[in-house]
Amino acid sequence: MKRVKRRYLALQLEFDGSLNESEFMSTLWTSIVKLFGEYGASLTNLSLIDYREDLRIAIIRVNLVALDIIRASVASVTSLANKPIVLNVVVASGTLKGLSGRIPKIKK
Amino acid sequence: MKRTFCDLHLRAKTTDPTFKQLVCKNAALGFGMIAAPLPPDFLREEHDALKMACQEAELDPVLRIDLRPRTPDELIQQIRRVRRKFEVVSIICDTKEVARQAAKDRRVDLLSFPALDYRKRFFDRAEAELSCNGLAALEIDMKPLIVLDGPSKIRFLSSLRRETAIAKEFKVPIVISSGASELMLLRNPRGLAAMAFLFGLEERYALDAISNVPAEIVKRNRLKLDPKFVAPGIRLIREGKDC
Repeated sequence: MKRVKRRYLALQLEFDGSLNESEFMSTLWTSIVKLFGEYGASLTNLSLIDYREDLRIAIIRVNLVALDIIRASVASVTSLANKPIVLNVVVASGTLKGLSGRIPKIKK
Repeated sequence: MKRTFCDLHLRAKTTDPTFKQLVCKNAALGFGMIAAPLPPDFLREEHDALKMACQEAELDPVLRIDLRPRTPDELIQQIRRVRRKFEVVSIICDTKEVARQAAKDRRVDLLSFPALDYRKRFFDRAEAELSCNGLAALEIDMKPLIVLDGPSKIRFLSSLRRETAIAKEFKVPIVISSGASELMLLRNPRGLAAMAFLFGLEERYALDAISNVPAEIVKRNRLKLDPKFVAPGIRLIREGKDC
């Protein structure tokens, strides 16, 4: 069986107030379904790996074939419950180790 | 080679208090060059505000003007007046006649079309054929893609998909800009490139549309605005009696 290739993405979150991980994931899923429908969303195999509200960083894992879908959906997020929110992909990597090695460099 | 990302369209007055924040945010997101449209008879303060904000953020400022002529004759007159003062000239095409004239004119750098009125998006095969003989590039602002919703977004995406396919077929360069007027509408360069996936532009083309294509336009025009420029490929090196 062919091995499924994945990518880990570190997202930087910009929002006022608070945003817990379930609200974050629901915002992301809503954006994906709105842009690509349920079929497109099913290709992503999206899962949350880590969520740090204090650092405003989230790490997600997606299928490589759906990387463009995720990147476009992340850039399209504008609001959550009428509050403005912006998500930016800061690092993408094939391994978690590679990803965590590159996040501190960005945070400096 | 590392790309220099350019955002050629920040929709804010350079004298606005938020302009500095927009510029700093753009720098933090990874852009290296920005442009905000100035009025044709811009004041020294407006130019200085742009330069100061960019200097603080270590960005390269580009002088840009947006013209909105009503007739082809008006377009020619306006370009004649401003071409030597600005590094980037963009034409907002409200009529087909203006769009055709702008595509033919080699002094025009960018062709813009209204995002909301899809009947006024005149970038068809005829327009592309004219602009591939000229130097004009098709400018796509990403702001409408972020703020629009529902049928208007669907219609806008479908127009963009058709236009980018035509532009690729006729090898018309595409420039992607943010078109942002607020901080929350700014995205990093790769985010903008990812949004271009929505209208069928591959990542390589999209990244070029934010980096190499606008940088090439600015470089070409700076060369032409240089007092030592004579003609493409010819520069004045020295002048005097002993030459």
